Amino acid sequence: MKASVIVFPGSNCDRDVAVSLEAAMGEKPAMVWHGEADVPASDLIVLPGGFSYGDYLRSGAMAAHSPIMRDVVKRAKKGTPVLGICNGFHLLTETGLLPGVLMRNASLKFVCKDVLLKVMRNDTDFTRSYDEDEVIRIPVAHHDGNYFADGETLDRLEGENRVAFRYCDASGTPSDDANPNGSQRNIAGIYNEAGTVLGLMPHPERLADPALGGTDGKPMFASLVGALH
Amino acid sequence: MSAQAAAMTPELVAEHGLSPEEYERLLAILGREPSITELGVFSVMWSEHCSYKSSKVWLKTLPTEGPQVICGPGENAGIVDIGDGQAVIFKMESHNHPSFIEPYQGAATGVGGIMRDVFTMGARPIANLNALRFGAPDHAKTRHLVSGVVEGIGGYGNCVGVPTVGGEVNFDPGYNGNILVNAMCVGLADTDKIFYSAARGIGLPVVYVGSKTGRDGIHGATMASAEFDDDSDEKRPTVQVGDPFTEKLLIEACLELMAGDTIIAIQDMGAAGLTSSSVEMADKGGVGFDLDLDKVPCREEGMTAYEMMLSESQERMLIVLKPGSEDKARAIFEKWELDFSVVGITTDTGRLIVTHSGRVEADMPVKMLADSAPEYKRPWTPTEPPALIEPEDVPAPNSLTDALETLMGSPHLCSRRWVWEQYDHMVMGDTVRRPGSDAAVVRVHGTDKGLAATCDVTPRYCTADPVEGGKQAVAEAWRNLTASGADPLAITDCMNFGNPERPEIMGQFVGCIEGMREAVEALDFPVVSGNVSLYNETNGVAIPPTPAIGGVGLIPDIAYMADIALKHEGETLLLLGAECGHLGQSLFMEMMQEKREGAPPPVDLALERKTGDLVRTLIREKCVSAVHDVSDGGLLIAVSEMALAGGTGLTLTDYKGPLPLHAMLFGEDQGRYVIAAAKGDDIISRAKTAGISVREIGETGGNMIRIAGEEPVPLQRLRDLHEDWLPHYMSSQ
Repeated sequence: MKASVIVFPGSNCDRDVAVSLEAAMGEKPAMVWHGEADVPASDLIVLPGGFSYGDYLRSGAMAAHSPIMRDVVKRAKKGTPVLGICNGFHLLTETGLLPGVLMRNASLKFVCKDVLLKVMRNDTDFTRSYDEDEVIRIPVAHHDGNYFADGETLDRLEGENRVAFRYCDASGTPSDDANPNGSQRNIAGIYNEAGTVLGLMPHPERLADPALGGTDGKPMFASLVGALH
Repeated sequence: MSAQAAAMTPELVAEHGLSPEEYERLLAILGREPSITELGVFSVMWSEHCSYKSSKVWLKTLPTEGPQVICGPGENAGIVDIGDGQAVIFKMESHNHPSFIEPYQGAATGVGGIMRDVFTMGARPIANLNALRFGAPDHAKTRHLVSGVVEGIGGYGNCVGVPTVGGEVNFDPGYNGNILVNAMCVGLADTDKIFYSAARGIGLPVVYVGSKTGRDGIHGATMASAEFDDDSDEKRPTVQVGDPFTEKLLIEACLELMAGDTIIAIQDMGAAGLTSSSVEMADKGGVGFDLDLDKVPCREEGMTAYEMMLSESQERMLIVLKPGSEDKARAIFEKWELDFSVVGITTDTGRLIVTHSGRVEADMPVKMLADSAPEYKRPWTPTEPPALIEPEDVPAPNSLTDALETLMGSPHLCSRRWVWEQYDHMVMGDTVRRPGSDAAVVRVHGTDKGLAATCDVTPRYCTADPVEGGKQAVAEAWRNLTASGADPLAITDCMNFGNPERPEIMGQFVGCIEGMREAVEALDFPVVSGNVSLYNETNGVAIPPTPAIGGVGLIPDIAYMADIALKHEGETLLLLGAECGHLGQSLFMEMMQEKREGAPPPVDLALERKTGDLVRTLIREKCVSAVHDVSDGGLLIAVSEMALAGGTGLTLTDYKGPLPLHAMLFGEDQGRYVIAAAKGDDIISRAKTAGISVREIGETGGNMIRIAGEEPVPLQRLRDLHEDWLPHYMSSQ
């Protein structure tokens, strides 16, 4: 399996996700500078977390116009799996690969903590190693994670089974208390129609190593390796 | 301000913070009247902030050496060997004055500045910490300052992508008029890739990289060397504005450049910007600098030489390159979309010659600028230590558990979660011990080693007795590192005091240094870097003496470290260290009696070391499942924190000792640790053999804190009290 991690000026979780990918794949992913025109041949493209361009305009808004993004969008549309984490999720909405926007957290504060997520489906390349409805613990770290879309879009996402993860309590019930950012319908991550593009605010790469206090993020990388090998 | 217009009047000299004597000295050095640019340059170089003129004579008494030390004070940050060809580079620095005036930007640029001090030496920053002191919670400004400072620290560190892993927060009316924001950065470098600031060699290109220069922060260093009055808010234009995105690019570009072989010397432009960086580099290299200010990238039009030399615009570095490597270096900075400009050349004149629009605006001897700053041995009067208070003389509370609840839910001891959840403490994927334990631990990337870091000082102890307080601050840092399983390596200090021209303040400084020196010596815990912030006064009221200590330790294998959480039921709780029931200056006295009296608890350094060494050995042998040092609030607070951290309750054994119960539970005797172990007997006998006091204090289990004869306290209630204070306070009006 070949994976490419796109590095933007201001990315800061590029190394973290590369570590998790390498642990799962047995080889290093390609680190691809945003100024390149083409992504090398890859089975998976990862848009990492961070503050591309400082998030000064709007999170992901400027990076969405980086040269590499034309090729990323092209490949995503042809079916290459794309994983966007945190700022990568911002980029996916900014490029229109995923619907909706990520607004400032309802608290208006940056939030960094472990949250519980309900795995809504386990039939995609990203989630095969999880159980359906499994509750997993994954950290969030963001200022702009408050997912918003109009009611029609939200209904469609749910109708098409495109909600990937929801913030939930220990029993798997989505609740306001479990929601760290005020996102609509407790949405933490969504898929495109084909289920090949996943954007999520939580950072699976941050809990994929027992030394860091948990491994609930690891099955995502295992799933990808299993599916794309 | 233009060069032509300025006539040297006593008022102008005074505005630049120079005394008449200092101005005479300047005239003697130059042999003529200075230009306005030269006056500005001397003013910042001789400011307290840059010259350490009041503190130097005392700082020199601190031990700075050890087999582990690669580089002590004098460079941008201290460097300590951690084996395997790697070094840890760290420093703590104050950003007090700007943070009081403009909390968000003041704190943010404090974080940015300290990171530059670390990566300018070749280290990748891997952890940030901060020690914050605010005024009383009911002071009108406190909430606004807490909110702004925390947001500023997070806003900067989160964006740059360096985890903020630890620190401390105090509330005390002594900081009503002057808050303290002390930022610490820990970086990791290869020992064969360390960079210094000495610009050795003639005819070498001097390169400016990073952000453009603007009019922000002019005279920041001078402001930070003066007291505040009621009009301090008018100093807002002297506060710089941070750009963490540029800092991130600057880190990556500098580290990329450092991976090659093109750098002779590198220095960040911190306080006093282009002035202090060029003077320092030229002085250390024994050369002169010719600077052409027409080449300096400017943010605004029409900037004068004076403004450019004194600007404290952030995210800028000065680099002296090997000749012929300009193109290679330029390509790297252009890739990262940063300014790169050759602004000067090293010379054999020994002079700093600054030209602008074809005019020489300054021509000064480097050596004199760097070395001839006045050095004062200011008069000082020692602080008279108060008498010891016997445990029996402090009244017992009506209920011990009520006292516990009061303390745990107080601003002094409540959870700081509201603060650290706003900091990205996990980015970089190596935070193996998150905030909330004795010390934060980050893994050395790609290895099993860990670096533990902590910030400590107890200002109320330092106020009562500066010597004991200084000692205690160092000892507590050592203790916190030990409790995490680390070998304490070295410290950085951030000395925050009032006006040194007042003998009683200078006495506090001298006392704290004396106590620190004793502890550093006894614990082999050298000072490798530091910073002094004086004049923390408003309308003549000084802050409590606050020598903040940042300690760093090495954990050889993170499989062998400890934390405070009680994890298993039915384990034995042991207290190591002598019990004296010392309640003088304790939080118990402050909260229950609403007073601060008596001597602070003394530190027995020999015993401190012996006890700590045993604790570390027990951790390495995996004999203990949880360790916590006993500090603010005493034993009952320590065990309660352990219970909350692990979600496991405990029962304290019926106490049969000689102390009043409340003194035993809330006394702040130093040099003590609580440990949880499956088997206590062996540990007890080892402690006794080593001559260390040890007592079995209880057993883990259940979901309550149980004290004989008292109503049990459910953990959930204690947790709510502990967690709720800060968020409630911050959300109320």
